[in-house]
Parts: sequence; C-alpha cells; structure tokens
Amino acid sequence: MLIQRRHFHRSLAAAALLPAWPASWAQFRVEIAGIGATQLPIAIARFRDEDRAGQAVSAIVRADLERSGVFRGVDSSGVLDERSQPQFSDWRSRGADALAAGSVTRLADGRFDIRFKLWDVVKGDELIGQALAVPAADLRLAAHRIADAIQQRLTGEPGVNATRIAYVTRAANRYTLRITDADGEGGQVALASPQPIISPAWSPDGRKLAYVSFESGKAVVVVQDVTTGDRRPVASFKGSNSAPAWSPDGTRLAVTLSRDGPSQLYLINLGGDGLRRLTNSNAIDTEAVFSPDGNFVYFVSDRGGGPQVYRVPAAPSAAAGAGLGASANAERITFNGAYNISPAISPDGRLLAYVTRNNGFRVMLQPLDGSTPALAVTDTNDDESPSFAPNGRLLIYATRSQGRDVLMTTTLDGKIRTRLLSSGQDVREPAWGPLSRQTPP
Amino acid sequence: MMGLRADLHPHPYTHRPARRAAAGLALLAALALVGCASSVKLDETPVESRTPTAVGASASGGNPALASVNGAANGSTAQSQVATVNLPPAGGGAAGDAGKLGRVVFFDFDSYAVPDQFRSLIEGHARLLASNRNKRLVVEGHSDERGGREYNLALGQKRAEAVSKSLTLLGASESQVEAVSFGKERPVAEGHDEAAWAQNRRAELKDR
Repeated sequence: MLIQRRHFHRSLAAAALLPAWPASWAQFRVEIAGIGATQLPIAIARFRDEDRAGQAVSAIVRADLERSGVFRGVDSSGVLDERSQPQFSDWRSRGADALAAGSVTRLADGRFDIRFKLWDVVKGDELIGQALAVPAADLRLAAHRIADAIQQRLTGEPGVNATRIAYVTRAANRYTLRITDADGEGGQVALASPQPIISPAWSPDGRKLAYVSFESGKAVVVVQDVTTGDRRPVASFKGSNSAPAWSPDGTRLAVTLSRDGPSQLYLINLGGDGLRRLTNSNAIDTEAVFSPDGNFVYFVSDRGGGPQVYRVPAAPSAAAGAGLGASANAERITFNGAYNISPAISPDGRLLAYVTRNNGFRVMLQPLDGSTPALAVTDTNDDESPSFAPNGRLLIYATRSQGRDVLMTTTLDGKIRTRLLSSGQDVREPAWGPLSRQTPP
Repeated sequence: MMGLRADLHPHPYTHRPARRAAAGLALLAALALVGCASSVKLDETPVESRTPTAVGASASGGNPALASVNGAANGSTAQSQVATVNLPPAGGGAAGDAGKLGRVVFFDFDSYAVPDQFRSLIEGHARLLASNRNKRLVVEGHSDERGGREYNLALGQKRAEAVSKSLTLLGASESQVEAVSFGKERPVAEGHDEAAWAQNRRAELKDR
C-alpha cells in the first residue's frame, strides 16, 4: 500500500526548507545542509485553528518529515482540514505525492483534540484518519506522533519524531542536563548543577537517565527518573565512576570504575548491588555499550597502545572462572587509525559508529561484519559522542562550529545533516532516547 | 504549565561527613488527566468525556476515517513532562586550593609518569601523610581538551593514580589518598594551544 516513491534529483536550498514559526518557541532551530537525492514530495496544510493552541502543529510535522531525509515539503498554501475533499489534480500540479490536513480543537476539559487525514494525491486515496486528545503540554508530542504516523504509512519505516534527546549545556560554569524533542525543540531541564555532567544514557524504557555527575567533587554514576526527578547514585566507589551503559533489559549498567586501580569495566545492578568486574587489563577500559541483543559489551581500550574498540561477552565466561578474566575473550573491532573511541552500535546490531582521530576528530561508520571499510559521515573536525536514532536512520553527535559546541544530526550516508542551533550556549553529550516513549506508562 | 519543579539537596555521595540527605521531593503540581484512546469518528464534533481504552490503533486496517490512536499519554501526567532538579551552587570543599603553589604536578604530552622535578613535592606530601594518619588527600587528575570526554577522564585518572601511587610508596597509606579525575572538564587554561594544554595536563593535591 506504499506510495511508489518518485525519484527526484533536485538540490535543495536550505532556506527553502526552513519552516516558519515564531522564534519565541524555539530553543533550537533546525538548519538543513546537504542534498537528499530521493525524497517524497508532501504537502502539509496548516491545521485549522492551530494558532489557538500555541503550537504550530503543521510546521512541526513538516519539519519532522523533512529532517528524516525521506520527504520534501511542497507548497501547501490553501485552507482545508480533515473534513475537506481535496482537489487532487490541484495538489498533483503542485508536485505533491501526498497531502495531510487537519484541525486543532480545544476541549471543554482543557485538552486539545487534534485530527488529521493523509491522502495519496496520485491515486486519490485516503490513507490515514486519526484523532488524538492531549493536554497542552503534549501538543508538540502529538505533532511528532502525526509525523511518525505519516512516515510509517508512506515509507513502511518507523519515524523517530516522538523520541527525545538528552544533552548537556554549559554556560557561565553552570551545567545543565536537558531533554528536548527529537527536533531540538520543547527543551526542558532535568538537572542543573554547578559541577560538570557528562555521558547521559537513556534507559531502554525511556523513563530514566544514567549520567556522570561531579557534584560531590568526583565522578559518580547517578540514575534519575526523568518524570519525577527522583535520583540516586548507583556507582559511587572510591576513585572515579563513569561511562554508564544500560543493559538492553534495563536491569543493570556497565560502568567504568577505578576502585581497583586502573579504569576497568564492571557490571552493576540498578540498586547498586551485584557488582561484577567485566574486564581485567592493566590498561584503560572504558566507554562500554551493550550490543542490542545483550550478548556483548563493546568498549574502548588502550591495551594495544592507542585507544581502539574491542568487545567482550557480557556473560561470565569459563575463562573468567579460571581467573583469567573476561579480557581473555576480548576481541578487537577497529583497526584503522591509532585512536578510535566512543563506540555506538546501531539498533539492529549491524553498524558501529565511533570517533577517529586523524588531523581532527570525526564520526566514522562501519559494518560490524567487516564487509565494507569505515567511512566518515561528517566533514567537521571536532566530533564527539555519536548516538544512533532508535530507528537506525540517523546519528546525532556533538561537534564544534564557529567557535561553539553544537549538536548535529546526519543520515547514515552523510548526505543530509541538520544542525541543532542553540542560543549562545555550548551544547554537548547528546544521547538519543528510545522509541519506547510511545508506550504509555 | 509544563514541567514540574523539584528542588533536591545533594545526596551524600562520598565518604565525606554526610551532607544533608535528600529533602522531600515536592511534586505538588496537579497532574493533568490526559488523553486516552478514543473511539471518536473524525466527522463528529469533539466531545468532552471519553472512554479510555488500551487500543493503540493504527490506520493500517479498516476504514481510516474511523481509526483513532492513543493520545499522547495513557498515564496520569503529560508524557512530555520533565521534573527539574536544581543543585545548589558549589559548597566550598577544597576547590579553593587549586592554584596553590606546590600542590600541582604537571605532565608531559601523552605521559602519565610523574616528572622528576615534582619528586620533592610528592615526598613532602607523603611525609605529611605518614606523620599524621588522620590527614587525607584527594589527587585530582586532569587532561587537556583533545579527545573524548570519557577517555580523557580515564587519562586524568591515570595521572592521579600515578601521583597517588608515589605517595603510598613514600609512606602514605592507601586509605589516606583517593585518586579521582575530572578529565577535560575543568581546564585551568581555556586556550586551544600547547601553552594552555600543558597547564591543563595536571594533577592537583587537595586536602579533604
């Protein structure tokens, strides 16, 4: 039932893609740089009465679809809503393959009723008709869900517009752990601290963040419930406690501890019990990340000289029982270059993203089966902390641009990159949250 | 509006004298009852009361005009809600000592060995610790800005460990010394050249 995707080869002026919405709503603004080769042209008409809701619902939907790299917005002027009978020939002449229109109505209980329809303009078919009732605080989320529904319907692949991104800002020596929608808008503060905050990581259910806080004068791994603000130190041993990574089942963390001397990997339950040493080397072992199936832990080690990506089985091994430690099973993954750090594994377990140093620091992407060599997906020189979108279609990473720390997203082929602009703050340490936010608590 | 505020006092994370435990989390804001799935036909006028169901219907089957989806939340709060935890400004600690003469060891590029010129500094601190077993010291390792935050944290830790090990070899006991790292998070020089980097590759000795 998918629309046959037409192939367009047009260069897109970045300015033409910028949705117009009041600057007062924007903590971030998405700039699109780069050229997408194949994009589905779609018209998103203004939703009737959306200006009364305080959120430009249709603009959010359109920006979401364009950022995915799969869609291209076309002229959508005109007055219509979900009850209209669109003149398909008119929309075809504007170059649209698909059209969405809808309305926003305030309910007596203060919530908003958002309705929309999606049409296949080429065939003249109605594809989606949906209604959502949400509180005002979730209007943006509702718009993102509409974009996800459209993307799913037209491409067969899930969108990530309703997901969230955590990141850290630093301004005047105040550190702030923030959470925004995946479009960089709707930012809220989870933690504000006079001391550094690094390495945020989302729990698999999207309800908690693990991170490293220096608030007590050293690095401690803290887990915080995002909705309630309830927080507790999970790893606070002698020395440094850092680099938390969630197991896929959400019951424990892999962390880097220096309690026994060198920085080594350990597993620890969320309650702070069940500590088990995972690596046993005389080198630095850090930056753990689980494979999606939970069987392996990928990490960075300089046991061979410079830092490289390795992996070990997550389960205790016979070798460990014999006192050799799981490091006996460590398998080296990266070989190109002398400095490869910050591994991230794609949700399907097939791709490795990492940062390499080579006249600068750049995000690289390589298939884990070694079928093709690693390729750079950015053209910047100060990249840090790559993190996959939960649908595996985009990466977010930190880099430097015009003297500031900024966040960028890129498609995996590096063709469409968007910059998430902030207002005069250094932005770093992005972590893309899971799809699970779509499952209500 | 969106976002509850909840002020928390810091947890007593370290083995320092306990700070105040977390004060009560004041989550007092009224939690909006929010949208649940509805079975409203698109062509009807919106109505006030809806019957919650657990359906997360997609439009893939049946008549799309009749489909409805889960609202943004099925729980009792707006799903977009984030509680803000606001930590108070830094409480003194030993942070003021950072620049004090004789308390900082500088390291060469890519090196974790304590340079010879700092040997007498280390010996002096080791003697103080050995002669007063109640005295305790934190060694904070730092790196320059180049490279990843976590790897640099580990590099700074390695520098702190090197100083800490020297102290214990010279008579301090292990329980008196804690090696920690701030990685590249707390540079003393903000520049982006070797002069700044050389000042930032350091270990600071702080009383606690």
